[in-house]
Amino acid sequence: MTDKTMTEKTMPLWEVFIRSRTGLSHRHCGSLHAPDAEMALQAARDVYTRRGEGLSIWVVPSSAITASDPQDKDALFEPTASKIYRHPTFYEVPEEVGHM
Amino acid sequence: MYAQALNVAEKAHADDPELRARFQARVDAEEKIEPNDWMPEGYRRTLVRQISQHAHSEIVGMLPEGNWITRAPSLKRKAALLAKVQDEGGHGLYLYSAAETLGVSREELVGQLLTGKAKYSSIFNYPTPSWADMGMIGWLVDGAAIMNQIPLCRCSYGPYARAMIRICKEESFHQRQGYEIVMTLAKGSPAQKKMAQDSLNRWWWPALMMFGPSDKDSQHSDQNMAWKIKRFSNDDLRQKFIDATVPQGHFLGLTFPDPDLRFNEATGHWEHGPIDWSEFNRVVRGEGPCNRERLKARQKAHDEGAWVREAALAHAEKRAARKAAAKIAAE
Repeated sequence: MTDKTMTEKTMPLWEVFIRSRTGLSHRHCGSLHAPDAEMALQAARDVYTRRGEGLSIWVVPSSAITASDPQDKDALFEPTASKIYRHPTFYEVPEEVGHM
Repeated sequence: MYAQALNVAEKAHADDPELRARFQARVDAEEKIEPNDWMPEGYRRTLVRQISQHAHSEIVGMLPEGNWITRAPSLKRKAALLAKVQDEGGHGLYLYSAAETLGVSREELVGQLLTGKAKYSSIFNYPTPSWADMGMIGWLVDGAAIMNQIPLCRCSYGPYARAMIRICKEESFHQRQGYEIVMTLAKGSPAQKKMAQDSLNRWWWPALMMFGPSDKDSQHSDQNMAWKIKRFSNDDLRQKFIDATVPQGHFLGLTFPDPDLRFNEATGHWEHGPIDWSEFNRVVRGEGPCNRERLKARQKAHDEGAWVREAALAHAEKRAARKAAAKIAAE
């Protein structure tokens, strides 16, 4: 194998998720290329947490993510728009009852 | 990023007027366009070009400052400069990732930079012969970049806008550390003050050119405005930068190398003399003072890093194979 074919082999892509110190859940913050999970973690630390952005990192191979198709957006998400009774403001509570 | 597998764009529909109209309506409604959404081919091409040029600029931009890391005048300055150059590497990576969501590979993009097919910001083709240039790059070059980049945080393309938000947060440190370097020199010995002034004289015009050709000569503006890739014209952003920067320079007792620079009381703007666009075109064409040197340095880094990429991949393959073998043995 020549040098060229070696380096032209593409590095796998990883999605990076970081949990901030505020205790919220891990959040997608970007992606990077790395040969394996261990190096992806190290690179994620260098690229995405230079200013104390997080206390925990997840890296996931991008190829392992199954995403919804944008063409199905209406079918998937439109029905919830009409279900306003799922929101607390749909229900009337007399003012005298106070905050609820 | 964002499941590129879905990116098998339906090229047949590339110029379907109905799809185009729906796309424009989404842009007009300030909706973000995401990687797997339908988009006109021109929109995709423009973004790949702009985002990758931007990424290349970050990467090449590490070179003029890298020149001073080992010679910074104090440990504090050295640490700050290292952090800044590291940020630029990071910014390049965020941007490459954003460009990759449009269906180009990292290898392709790096190849375009190295063969000279892709451009990067001309400002990085100027040399950095004095320490004052480190201050001037932070204050002027990063200052101009921030002016350009803040509106890009609202760009219609989601991944680009999100990358820019991250970048803008970090750039503010770059500009302030630069101004502080210039301020220290401007308040120092006569020799130090002269160093700051010389540096300002060299960087002022190239910094103004960073905003690109004047509106009357700009090729891409109208369509990019309609697509909300661009929010303000080159001249508007340049004016904003001049208005913000001139008082900062005067505060330090420095003068700008423009005899026509004057404040217009009526408009509230600083008016500047003519920009030498022939110089700009020369540098864009590859005839700037450092074009060849910059590309040579990138090529050298790429070649000399090849064994590291190869070794890392080989190591990952070996470990994966061992793991598979162990699993078979255990079964």
